[in-house]
Amino acid sequence: MNEITTIRPSTPKDWETDQEVRWCPGCGDYAILKAVQRTMPEIGGTPENTVFVSGIGCSSRFPYYMETYGFHTIHGRAPAVATGVKLANPELDVWIITGDGDALSIGGNHTMHLLRRNLNCQVLLFNNEIYGLTKGQYSPTSREGTRSPSTPFGSVDHPAKPCAFALGSGARFVARGIDVHKNLPSVLKAAHAHQGAAFVEIFQNCIVYNDEVFEPFTAKPNAQANQMWVAHGEPLLFAGGTKGLALDTETLTLKVVDVVDGDTSGVIVHNVKNRAIAHLLVEMPFGPFPMALGVIYDDPAPTFESAVVAQNQAASEGKKPDLQKLVAKGQTWMVDKQPHAI
Amino acid sequence: MATAAHTLTPEEASANPPSEAVVVRFAGDSGDGMQLTGGQFTLSTALTGNDLATFPDFPAEIRAPQGTLFGVSAFQINFGSISIETAGDQPDVLVAMNPAALKTNVDALKPGGLIIADAGEFGQRNLDKAKYTSNPLEDDSLGKWQLLKLDISALTVEAVKPFGLGNKEALRCKNMWTLGLALWMFDRDREPLIQWLKDKFAKKPELAEANIAALNAGHAYGETAELGAMGIAQRNVAAAPAEPGLYRTVTGADSIALGLVAGAQLASLPMFYGGYPITPASAILHALSRLKEFGVTTFQAEDEIAAIASALGASYAGSLGVTCSSGPGIALKGEAIGLAIMTELPLVIVNAQRGGPSTGLPTKTEQSDLYQAVYGRNGDAPVPVIATRSAADCFDCAIEAVRIATQYMTPVMLLTDGYLQNAAEPWKVPDMSSYTPFPVTHHTELPPEGEKFLPYARNEKLARPWVKPGTPGLLHRIGGIEKAVDTGNLDYSPKNHQAMTDIRRDKVLGIDVPDQVVGAGQAGGKLVVVGWGSTYGPITTAVRRARTKGLDVSHIHIRHIWPLPKNLGELLKSYDHILVPEMNTGQLKTVLRDQYLVNAVPLNKVSGQPFTIAEIEAAITRHLSSDAAEELGPDDTQLPSTEAVNP
Repeated sequence: MNEITTIRPSTPKDWETDQEVRWCPGCGDYAILKAVQRTMPEIGGTPENTVFVSGIGCSSRFPYYMETYGFHTIHGRAPAVATGVKLANPELDVWIITGDGDALSIGGNHTMHLLRRNLNCQVLLFNNEIYGLTKGQYSPTSREGTRSPSTPFGSVDHPAKPCAFALGSGARFVARGIDVHKNLPSVLKAAHAHQGAAFVEIFQNCIVYNDEVFEPFTAKPNAQANQMWVAHGEPLLFAGGTKGLALDTETLTLKVVDVVDGDTSGVIVHNVKNRAIAHLLVEMPFGPFPMALGVIYDDPAPTFESAVVAQNQAASEGKKPDLQKLVAKGQTWMVDKQPHAI
Repeated sequence: MATAAHTLTPEEASANPPSEAVVVRFAGDSGDGMQLTGGQFTLSTALTGNDLATFPDFPAEIRAPQGTLFGVSAFQINFGSISIETAGDQPDVLVAMNPAALKTNVDALKPGGLIIADAGEFGQRNLDKAKYTSNPLEDDSLGKWQLLKLDISALTVEAVKPFGLGNKEALRCKNMWTLGLALWMFDRDREPLIQWLKDKFAKKPELAEANIAALNAGHAYGETAELGAMGIAQRNVAAAPAEPGLYRTVTGADSIALGLVAGAQLASLPMFYGGYPITPASAILHALSRLKEFGVTTFQAEDEIAAIASALGASYAGSLGVTCSSGPGIALKGEAIGLAIMTELPLVIVNAQRGGPSTGLPTKTEQSDLYQAVYGRNGDAPVPVIATRSAADCFDCAIEAVRIATQYMTPVMLLTDGYLQNAAEPWKVPDMSSYTPFPVTHHTELPPEGEKFLPYARNEKLARPWVKPGTPGLLHRIGGIEKAVDTGNLDYSPKNHQAMTDIRRDKVLGIDVPDQVVGAGQAGGKLVVVGWGSTYGPITTAVRRARTKGLDVSHIHIRHIWPLPKNLGELLKSYDHILVPEMNTGQLKTVLRDQYLVNAVPLNKVSGQPFTIAEIEAAITRHLSSDAAEELGPDDTQLPSTEAVNP
C-alpha cells in the first residue's frame, strides 16, 4: 500500500472516493467536483497532505467525495476549523468548501476573519443564491424580490456581494468562476498558487430551487456578450473583443466603450495587483455591465500561519522547555520541618 | 492583636478560632490598587510560611466613578499557623481607604475587630458619595470595633515629598504606605517587596523610590507611633505546619494553565489553545500565551465559536486542542462540543463559572453550570466532566482532563469558577517526575492488504484511532452526520444510530474514574456533606469543626462529576442523611437523586459569594435532626463589598 504514495503522478480518478455522490441530478456541484478533481493532479497535490474542510449545506458534502482527508464540520464554522488545522500543521494544503448561506450568513464572521488574517488556504464559495438543503429559502445573496417558501411575497433585503465582501475583509486573492465553465480549473490553479487566503466565488446552478438564475450570463446565447474573463496585463474586453471597460475620469466610475478595429486605447488594462480595479470590477452592476470572471485580484501578503510560526519560534528562541522549572517559577520558599497533626 | 480586648463568645470562637488565624481585608476605591496591595501582602504571607487563602472581590467596571459604593474593590486574606481552607468568614482587620469602602465592608468585620481608616479621604464629598450623613470616624457609630484613623493620604504625600511627584502621583503611593503598616503589624520582611517594586518600576526608578519610601514610612509609623497604647500590638503568626518541600503561591488560573501544559507534555503533544476574552477565564489565555517554548500555540479567535472550532481543527490535525471560557461562552460552544463528541476527537474545554444566567455576574462566583456541563447539548451527547476544588487542585485536574481526552478520544469539560480563578494559595511545587506520562502515538499503521482503514474501529477503551492528516494510506473523512459503526461512512439507519448512541454513552461511562474517597470521617454514619468544586474549603473546615465537637458527619468531595465514581452510590447509601451545599439551586443534588435514588438534600446559596464556614457548620447541626431543604440568602456579614448598590 505504501507503493501508492510514490512518484506516479495522480490522475483525477485518484481523487474520487467510493462514496455515492448524493447531489440532485443536474446540480452544478457535480461539475465543480469534476473541476477540482481535474485540478488536483495539475497542481501536484498529494491526497494525504490535502484537507477539505466544509460547513453545512449542499456544497458542504463535498469532502465526502474527495479522496483526501476531510472534515464536514458545522454550519458556518469551516473557516475556524480550518484555521486550527492549518496552525497545527502548516504543511497541509487546506481547501474550504462553503456556500452563500454558510459563508455569508451564519459564518460571515469567520469568513471575514479568515480573509483578514490571510490564512494560506483556498475558499471555494458555491454561490447558488438560495438555501438548497433546507428546501429553497432565499439566501443572503438572493436578489431582491426572490420568492421562496420563507418570502412568498418576495425578499425585501439587499443581497450581499461575495467578492466585494471578500475584498472589504482584506482578501488578497479574489476570483470568480462558473460551475460548468471550462475555465474553472485554471481559476482554481491560480487560487492554489496564491500564498494566502484565496477566495473564489463559483456561480453554481441549483437546478431544483433556483434554476437558471445565472442564465443571463451563463446560457450559451448570452455568454459571449455578458462574460468578461479578465487576465493580468490584458485590456478588459468582452463581447468578442468589441467592447471594453474604461474609466470615466469625471465620476471615477466604469463605462463601457466600443472597441473598433481592435483599437483598445482607453480600455483599462487589467492588473491583478491593483486593488482599485478589483473594487470596481466586483461592484460593477450586472446588466449595464458584463460579469467579471477569472482572477480579479491577486496580490500576496505574508500569511497568518507563517507569522504565528515565526513568532512562536522567536519567543521560544534559547528557552529550554523545562516543566519542573516552570512549575517552580516565581517566588518560592522551603519548608524543612516534618509535618505534624493539625 | 486587635481582638485581644474582646472576649469571644463560644459561638464566635467556633466561627473563627482565635490566635492561630487572622483575616485581613483591604478595601478601597477600584483605583486605589487594593488587588495589588492584597497580592503583595499574600506573597509576603506565603514567604513567612503561613498557610493562606485569598478572596479578591472587585467590581465588573474597570474604573467605576471614584468614591462610589459600587466602585469599591476588596481583597481578603486569611492566614495562619493552622491549615487554612477558606478566605475566612469575618475579617479581624479592615483597611478602609475611603468612606465607601468602610460602608460596604464594616458590617462584615468581627465585633471587636480593628478598622484602619484613611481619615484624609473622609471629606464631605466622599461622605456624600458613600451616603453617610455624618462622619462615621467622628460619631459613635463604629463603637463596637477598634478604630485607628490616620491621615494616610497626608502621611504618604509627606513621605514621598523628596521625589518631586505631583499630588496625584504621590497619592497613588498610599497603598504602599498602608501595606508597610500591615507588614509591621504582622512582623513581615519588607525586602522581597522592595525588590519587587524595583523590578516593577525598573524603567522609572523615581517611582520605585517613592513607593519604597511610602512602604518604609508606613512600616516606620507602626514602629514609632504609640499604637501599643491603643491596644494594637505587633503580632507574629507562626508558620503553618506543612509537608517539607518547595512552595510557591498559585492562583487557579495559573494552576490550570500549568496543568494544561504539563498534561500536553505528559501526552507528548503540542497544544493549541483557541480562546476568546471573557471574565473570569481570560487569565488562562494570558498565562498560556507566554509559554510558547512548550509547544503551545495560542489563538485569540473572533468569537467563542471560532475559539472552540479552531481548537477542534487543531485536534483533528494532531495537536491537543484546548479552549476556555465562562458560562455564556460555553453556551455558544455547545454545537461544536457536539461535533467533538460525534467526531470523537480529544478536546479540553475549561469553564470558569460565574454568576448567571446570561451576562449575570461577570466577576462573581457561582457553580451553576453543572447542568450545562453534564446535559447542556442537543442530542444524547455525553461528555466527561471534572471539577476543581482549589487553586492547587486545578493543576492535577487539568492533567486528568488531558489524560481522559487523549486516552478516550473525547471532549472533556473541566469546571472551575471565578473564586478559584483569582484566589491564591500556597502550593507545594509538584515533582514532575512523579507523574506517569501517557504519551499519545497517532495511528499510522496501514490496514492489512486488501482491507480498508476503519476510522471508527475501537480499542478496549472504545476509543477510535487518532490519525493525523498527512498520514499516507489512511485517508478518511469525518463530520457531524451520524457515522456508520467502524467505517465512519454516513449512515442514518435506525440500527446504526442506536448502536452508535450506545457506544458513545458506554465509552464515557467506561472511563477509569478513581473510586470516591471520604475526605473527613468515614463510610457510613449519620450525615455526609457532599460537595464539588470550590465549596471544598468551607465544607472541609465546617466538617472538621463539627467532628471536633463530636458530631457524626463526614465529607465527600466529588471531582469526577461525569461519569461519577463507581462506588459513589453505595457510599452515599451508607449514611442516614445527605446534605449537598452548592452555589446554585441544587444541580449536583438533582444528579445524585437521579443516579442513585437517594434523598440528597440541598443547601443552596446564589449570592455570588462563597459559603462561609459558619453557614455550613450551622446547616450540619440542623441536618443531623432534620432533612428540610434550605436556601440561604446573602449574608450581611460576608464580603458585600460590591453588592448591588447602584448609583
